[in-house]
Amino acid sequence: MNKPVLEVRDLKKIYGQGEATVHALRGASMTVHRGDYVAIMGSSGSGKSTLMNILGALDIPSSGTYKLDGVDVSRLSDAQLALARNRLIGFIFQAFNLIPRTSAVANVELPLAYAGVKPKERRRRAMAALDIVGLGERAGHEPNQLSGGQQQRVAVARALVTEPALLLADEPTGNLDSKSTDDVLKVFDDLSAAGRTIVIITHEDEVGARAKRLIRLVDGAIVSDVRQSPIHLRPVGPAMAGRHYA
Amino acid sequence: MSIFEVIRFSLRGLSANKLRSALTMLGILIGVAAVILLVAVGNGSAKAISDRIEALGTNTITVMSTGRGGSSSTSLTKDMADALVDAELAPDVKSVSPVVSSSSATMTYEGTDHSVATFVGTTPSWFAASSTPVGTGAMFTEDDVDQGRRVVVLGQTVAEELFPGVDPIDKQVTVGGALFTIVGVLDEKSSTGFNDANDTAVAPLTAVQQVLTGYGALTSIIVEASDPDKVDAAQDQVSTILDQKLDVSESSSSTPYRIQNASSLLETQTETADTFTTLLGAVAAISLLVGGIGITNIMLVTVTERTREIGIRKALGAPRRVILNQFLIEAMLLSVLGGGLGVVTALIGSHFEIVGVKPVIVPSSIALAFGVSVAIGLFFGGLPAARAARLRPIDALRYE
Ligand SMILES: Nc1ncnc2c1ncn2[C@@H]1O[C@H](COP(=O)(O)OP(=O)(O)O)[C@@H](O)[C@H]1O
Ligand SMILES: [Mg+2]
Repeated sequence: MNKPVLEVRDLKKIYGQGEATVHALRGASMTVHRGDYVAIMGSSGSGKSTLMNILGALDIPSSGTYKLDGVDVSRLSDAQLALARNRLIGFIFQAFNLIPRTSAVANVELPLAYAGVKPKERRRRAMAALDIVGLGERAGHEPNQLSGGQQQRVAVARALVTEPALLLADEPTGNLDSKSTDDVLKVFDDLSAAGRTIVIITHEDEVGARAKRLIRLVDGAIVSDVRQSPIHLRPVGPAMAGRHYA
Repeated sequence: MSIFEVIRFSLRGLSANKLRSALTMLGILIGVAAVILLVAVGNGSAKAISDRIEALGTNTITVMSTGRGGSSSTSLTKDMADALVDAELAPDVKSVSPVVSSSSATMTYEGTDHSVATFVGTTPSWFAASSTPVGTGAMFTEDDVDQGRRVVVLGQTVAEELFPGVDPIDKQVTVGGALFTIVGVLDEKSSTGFNDANDTAVAPLTAVQQVLTGYGALTSIIVEASDPDKVDAAQDQVSTILDQKLDVSESSSSTPYRIQNASSLLETQTETADTFTTLLGAVAAISLLVGGIGITNIMLVTVTERTREIGIRKALGAPRRVILNQFLIEAMLLSVLGGGLGVVTALIGSHFEIVGVKPVIVPSSIALAFGVSVAIGLFFGGLPAARAARLRPIDALRYE
């Protein structure tokens, strides 16, 4: 509980150069401990995705340090980065990013394949992950045969199949209707209750209200960081969140 | 990940994009098959030509008159032919066969007519010199020539026309109002060009002169050299003697006769055929190139999609090496499969006549076409993948 899952110090990210320079992050610092459920909110263009991509080791900061499980990510080799993405992080994109023309279960198996898990074991664990998100029945379907909410739940299954320490989700419900949003958030609540560390980006207040901790980003800087419920308890869920807000 | 797993991934990648895989393979298939077949057609026609010329005999020289209207001062005579048989002046000449020929002779047997394409009058040495062996029966003799006996050896076509299912030997046919006794039938001969080489009949020179052509000029003289290497020497000796006989001055640039030498004919024909093969090869190479551009196009069109896919795979923790292997194996499978099918297509196609030519496969063209297609496939399939695999995942995902 004392070693943080992730710790960023004074992260800056600058896109472009000269006239077109954009300061997407202006020195963000935060620490997330094991079991926490953090929501990051902010208006469009405030740097949420930029921060998330760096946390997911998909991008590198212009300056600042990022320690994942106590290890400085900037010192990792290409192969070690691949390993970190595979074993430590489960990343969920707003745009789902499933591999096209490939069945749901094959998509979910992918991270396990790269982890070197044998095909039989892989299939078993992928099916278990699909069951968790309630899509066991649709294992053989290809992405274009699934609704947006179902695709996103496949992506969630793919992110959690390797049982990573850290689940990162960039507006996972941004493209979903309220029913699908509820389905996906329910999965997150369950995962949080099971002790997973979750960082989720959202611009929807009710999504933010369900998290244990809420961070607000404005123009690439963290302006508020509020604990909404204790780290070691179950997340409050939709009903409580509603009351809390009222 | 084991290499088998990577191969499984490649196969899954290929089957997930069936149309693209099929088109790419088709492009390679057509390119490879075209190259191999076109080169085979060129080679086949070259071979056909050289076979025909070789069938004429490579150690013979044909002397023909160039004089028009048959003015006696420029025509070839039996006398000249006899003068060429000279151990002193022409030591490399093995045999000399004076030839008269008629293309208007009609042969009749029991009411059946057949117009013989070439009725040849010559001496027995002609059969060996012109590589025209007698199949059944016998050829006529020197004595037959001396006595002007009316005997004849038929070509296969004539024998089949006049004697269907009957042995023609010792039968008598009428030619030009005279009776000829059949003594033999020639072996089947491969035809040159449009003429049927088997539509012929051969009789003693004297008999043909008496019955058909008269005692005027010879059509040609066929000279056989003692050895294929001596053809040039024999040719020099022949022209020296003929120049003397025909009173051609040393300085004169033109002679009243023309000497054709099968080996030099073979050489020029082979050169022509080689040029033809090279030309076809160039056309084929262009088609391979166009096929290659097609493949490149298909692969480039999908780079965006594939780059995004590589971004997803990297985000899920795929090591660069695994991604590279997967895409290289995909490209290799496509090009090897497409190329292999192209080779098979070409091999099957070579069993059929193409524009009247029986293709003869050149083995090196298989290696070349296959090698080039695999190289194109690997390069253009592997290059975008190699580039994408080096990108940061987020850049690959954003690629447009
Ligand atoms: N690849 C990029 N190149 C240039 N500018 C970028 C790029 N990605 C994001 N930005 C800019 O950085 C800022 C923050 O973007 P982003 O992190 O995507 O915001 P959010 O996810 O909060 O909407 C925006 O002004 C955006 O225009
Ligand atoms: Mg965003």
